[in-house]
Amino acid sequence: MDLKETLLSSYLAFDAQDGPQRKLQDERAAAIEVFEQQGFPTIKQEDWKYTSLRTLTKTHFSVFPKEDVNLKLEEVKQYILQDVDTYKIVFVDGVYNAYLSETTHDGVDVCLLSAALTKRKFAPVIKKYFNQIADKEASLTALNTAFTKEGAYIYVPEGKVVEKPVQIIHFATDKNPNMILQPRNLIVLEKNAEIQIVERHQSLTAEATFSNVVTEIFTEQNAQLDYYKIQNDNVEATLIDSTYISQQKHSHAKVHTFSFGGKLTRNNLNFYHKAPEINSTMKGITLIEGKQFVDHHTLVHHAQPNSESHQDYKGIYAENATGVFNGKIIVEKEAQKTNAFQQNNNILMDDKASINTKPQLEIFADDVKCSHGCTIGQLDEDALFYLQSRGIPKKEARGLLTYAFANNVLQSVQIDSVKKRINKLIANKLGVNIGFDV
Amino acid sequence: MLSIDNLHAGCEGKTILQGINLDVKAGEVHAIMGPNGSGKSTLSTVIAGHEEYNVSQGSILFNGDDISELSADERAHLGIFLSFQYPVEIPGVSVTNFIKTAINQNRKAKGLDDMPANEMLKKIREKAALLEIDSRFLSRSLNEGFSGGEKKRNEIFQMAMLEPKLAILDETDSGLDIDALRIVANGVNKLKGKDNAIVVITHYQRLLDYIVPDFVHVLHEGRIVKSGTKDLALELEEKGYDWIKQGA
Ligand SMILES: Nc1ncnc2c1ncn2[C@@H]1O[C@H](COP(=O)(O)OP(=O)(O)O)[C@@H](O)[C@H]1O
Ligand SMILES: [Mg+2]
Repeated sequence: MDLKETLLSSYLAFDAQDGPQRKLQDERAAAIEVFEQQGFPTIKQEDWKYTSLRTLTKTHFSVFPKEDVNLKLEEVKQYILQDVDTYKIVFVDGVYNAYLSETTHDGVDVCLLSAALTKRKFAPVIKKYFNQIADKEASLTALNTAFTKEGAYIYVPEGKVVEKPVQIIHFATDKNPNMILQPRNLIVLEKNAEIQIVERHQSLTAEATFSNVVTEIFTEQNAQLDYYKIQNDNVEATLIDSTYISQQKHSHAKVHTFSFGGKLTRNNLNFYHKAPEINSTMKGITLIEGKQFVDHHTLVHHAQPNSESHQDYKGIYAENATGVFNGKIIVEKEAQKTNAFQQNNNILMDDKASINTKPQLEIFADDVKCSHGCTIGQLDEDALFYLQSRGIPKKEARGLLTYAFANNVLQSVQIDSVKKRINKLIANKLGVNIGFDV
Repeated sequence: MLSIDNLHAGCEGKTILQGINLDVKAGEVHAIMGPNGSGKSTLSTVIAGHEEYNVSQGSILFNGDDISELSADERAHLGIFLSFQYPVEIPGVSVTNFIKTAINQNRKAKGLDDMPANEMLKKIREKAALLEIDSRFLSRSLNEGFSGGEKKRNEIFQMAMLEPKLAILDETDSGLDIDALRIVANGVNKLKGKDNAIVVITHYQRLLDYIVPDFVHVLHEGRIVKSGTKDLALELEEKGYDWIKQGA
């Protein structure tokens, strides 16, 4: 059986089970049909031209965990931000782990989607927002919808500024090898609400894992979202991460994506403007080696006037690593005075490393400012010599220059503990002691 | 200290230096002058160890050891410093972080631990004061958007921090106004001592008024065609290079 068949037959069992999924029968039935018709994307589709899921679909994965797993904090501490007080929603092999988590209903709901689906008090929110911005025609998003049962649920009421960041962490263990994990997150920020979120997927097994994640986010008027994705999984992990953000007037949504790990990572990051005067920011650092593959597909849909979007992605590719950047900006006819900036700069450290980068602009308004640029280069030899001539060995000099190249993306990170951690990850990845803190 | 013998070097198959002989002893100041394109920067770059240039003939000895196989950072660890004619801009690394990294990498090469933070800070303050560099300047990205004069002053600041044995100053005076020239020259003179040597590459006498050379050499078409004392520099200032070109 290939993976599609496995999933379709598992769906029947999943659908027959009692559980929170019962509440979503109609959505799920429609979604599995979309997946059944479309199957996994192939490289024949324009959007997946460079991203082959062939190996993945030939790999055996199971949908249901066989064993309950208890993780000790000591075993996973290193993957959890410790030096900052946070809420935590932690899943192990797809199952909520209360011991590692710290949820709340005090002034803000930071809890589980399964709970939100089954408790009556959350029903209006679920009805209003669930599956409302996710792309129903995208086959992998539909697959996730079909299997919706668990994930993070965050509801920030009007005017609430959540002081503690929220960590959403998914662990995969070798107790349940070859799992396909399909968390579904729903995040709603009401008017003037603010929150910071850090999301991470971490495999603790040497076996293959496959995470097909869908996150829906709604930022109502003047809401402020600050979201960090730390993608530093082991080399057998595949991650398809689809994020859909629906924005209302004066809201500002910022997403930083740090892609350092994994075998294959595909990010679909989509911003939809539902009103004028909106701000969207997306930044990323990709730093990969070996045969790693990272694909960023971004979309900003400017539908109304006077809005801004800023994109700044840096990529550093060593050895045989491959990157893809596809930044799509749509500016509708009504969206006059749009400012859309997009920048994608890449460094190839070795001959065999590669990057496919493409801006995709569809502009129907006439009074807009759109700028985009992409560069692909090597480290500057003269700069290397300059650093070496000051006594900095080549390896450290390369590290320092690479770090410097990525640095301006780090400057906009608002959580110190995240900034330090990313700084350290970059230094470790480059095998250097950068010699100073940011 | 530095002993260059029959040095032929170039890049991309082109021989630029065509047999240089130069002997610099500890405690000496040498000036190298010569028309544009004569090979002054190439010589300093080859001494500093740029990989792009290869030595096809001859040798470079530093304190008796052949350094031609050493990388640029290894040469720096021995105490060779080059003040660049065109310092490179490094966006994303501040002057302070850069110099800290450089100092600690030099210490590491000598088997020493990182310099304690307070000691580093004190040293940075002291050397910045010597070169009349504002502390705000130190947190800017290295050389990025610096004026020509600021870049040169920053080069000498780095030299002051690293305290090299041999400092080669490649047209450090260009881009400096009179006041800055005096400050920079003062910084260089602070380094001067019986254990250090300085090679000054310049077109103009005015820097040599402050950093007085023991020897002056004229480079032309990759060769040292004339050597003399500080009077030679005055003569060149007056007559230009043509008489030397004709003589060569
Ligand atoms: N990297 C290089 N590649 C090719 N030619 C070079 C390179 N560097 C210098 N040259 C050539 O070598 C000659 C000497 O240059 P340079 O050393 O910069 O002279 P100077 O510093 O005396 O003005 C010039 O003809 C210059 O064009
Ligand atoms: Mg020159």
